[in-house]
Amino acid sequence: MRRLEALDKLQNMLQVMAFCLGIATAQYIVTPERPYGPTVAYSLSIGLVTWAIVDLGRTFMPSAAETGWPSGPTAIALVVVGIAGGFFIGNGIGGVVCRTFGLYGSAPLPDPRAELRSSVVITVLAGIVGCYYFYSVGRSSYLERKMGEAKQHADEARLKLLETQLEPHMLFNTLANLRALIGVDPGRAQQMLDHMIAYLRATLDASRATTHPLQAEFDRLRDYLELMAIRMGPRLTYTLDLPPDLANVRVPTLLLQPLVENAIQHGLEPKVQGGRITVRAARQHGQLVVTVDDTGVGDAHAPSQGSGFGLSQIRERLAALHGDRADLAFRTGQDGANARITLPIA
Amino acid sequence: MNPTALIAEDEPLLAQALQAELARAWPELRIVASVGDGAAAVQAALQDRPDVLFFDIRMPGQGGLDAAAELADAWPGDAPFPALVFVTAYDQYAVQAFEAQAVDYVLKPVQAGRLQKTVEKLRQALAQRAARGTDLEATLGQLRHLLQGAPAAPQPQLKVIQASVGNSIRLVPIDEVAYFEAADKYVRVVCADGEVLIRTPLKDLLPQLDAQLFWQIHRGTVVRATAVESVHRDEAGKLHLALRGHKERLPVSRLYAHLFKAM
Repeated sequence: MRRLEALDKLQNMLQVMAFCLGIATAQYIVTPERPYGPTVAYSLSIGLVTWAIVDLGRTFMPSAAETGWPSGPTAIALVVVGIAGGFFIGNGIGGVVCRTFGLYGSAPLPDPRAELRSSVVITVLAGIVGCYYFYSVGRSSYLERKMGEAKQHADEARLKLLETQLEPHMLFNTLANLRALIGVDPGRAQQMLDHMIAYLRATLDASRATTHPLQAEFDRLRDYLELMAIRMGPRLTYTLDLPPDLANVRVPTLLLQPLVENAIQHGLEPKVQGGRITVRAARQHGQLVVTVDDTGVGDAHAPSQGSGFGLSQIRERLAALHGDRADLAFRTGQDGANARITLPIA
Repeated sequence: MNPTALIAEDEPLLAQALQAELARAWPELRIVASVGDGAAAVQAALQDRPDVLFFDIRMPGQGGLDAAAELADAWPGDAPFPALVFVTAYDQYAVQAFEAQAVDYVLKPVQAGRLQKTVEKLRQALAQRAARGTDLEATLGQLRHLLQGAPAAPQPQLKVIQASVGNSIRLVPIDEVAYFEAADKYVRVVCADGEVLIRTPLKDLLPQLDAQLFWQIHRGTVVRATAVESVHRDEAGKLHLALRGHKERLPVSRLYAHLFKAM
């Protein structure tokens, strides 16, 4: 980690040097009568001092993870100090270098006062451009990283779901029901098969986007619940409530699925008389609120609920996509469990 | 008299399907009851005393294996114990264990050919039983084996039990524990000077205990052998343990009665 940081800094320094050489060259093109050497020396000195103050300085300050820069006023102060320091110290070093190596040769020494204005303007502009450049590089690499993380979470969710769906017990019991239905009610068997196909397709489809409309999410829940309703018979009743105006709100794919599967596996399946699952979407204070309630065994059986992989995984996905504007609350009680997801309506 | 059977299966369609397949494979078999959970299965079996039990392994509340163990405990001594067939969709270890056992099993989806074999075995078993009576001891041995499940990976042995008591944590040396008893979502840890509650389930606790010292004597009870003073048999033939310094008597399941015999 530290080594990577050092490499990053070295890379930044080389970029600054290239930038300074560019500025010196531009100056030489505009005023070819002036010698190239001193311009390069001054440009590099000023640039490197500014870089040292700003780029090294910000690593010693508490910086935002997003950009690697301190927050607003501190960042501006750092840049101002960096540019001012670069101008005075850099000019000093540049002068020493020029005199030591005799860079002016036979050319007349320039009048510092006549140069003052252009020197200040170039330093300030170059300093701001340089700082802005590194700021946006930091920001875009942060965004890229975040997008990568969101994608990774979506992949993990899919894999996890695949494991539950292809869990042998679930699969063979479903197939056993299907086999039984073919004999007694071929029409219903066909329906069950359709639900199963849609249910499996939803997870096996590798090219799926990271978000989809809430309607699609509810359709997948219905497929799963229909399968379970056939298996569990009168032990399972369910309600899916999606107001039409929320149908097109985009949500992370299969975000709710683990909650409903938890409700079945840990809530209703262990309960002899079964129960009811209610999934409800609503708009509250401009946010989307989705609740999954079950009337299962609640906290009687699974003390570790609330910290399971499914829940922490949902939390990570929400955080990756919406930061702290999204939230998952989960609690179990005497008479069941209740999960509540809040997320911004994009 | 026609043979009778009980089906315990929580998924209604699968119960129907098994009943239909059985009607084809064994027309004279009469299904006396079809129930959806382990507790109901035990109750129905005690009431109807069928010849054959088809128990699903995974059921809400009590699973098929536990139900069979409880039934073995409650079964009256004068009646022959029913032949057991377990039904499972998928249970890798259990299936391996069954292969080696006389207790039969059927995989879901139930297929006619496979069921036919089971039926033949059952017919033979019932005929033998009529001639010689059932060997409950053999069934118990098999159940015990199945209930143990897959051998757990060796784990470091517990030296102390850490239990939260109010805002503090109490440490109980393992040698001071008289017995562990599963109670709802807790496990009671009973020692000479009182008891504490822990949340670690008994089945997670067992692999961490010295098997020489701690004996399972019931589905929910593990006792320290050195804390047992004496074993008594009551009129019904059931065993009870008396512990040193404890008034409580601990019942021993028939499944584990073999542990106690004079040297």
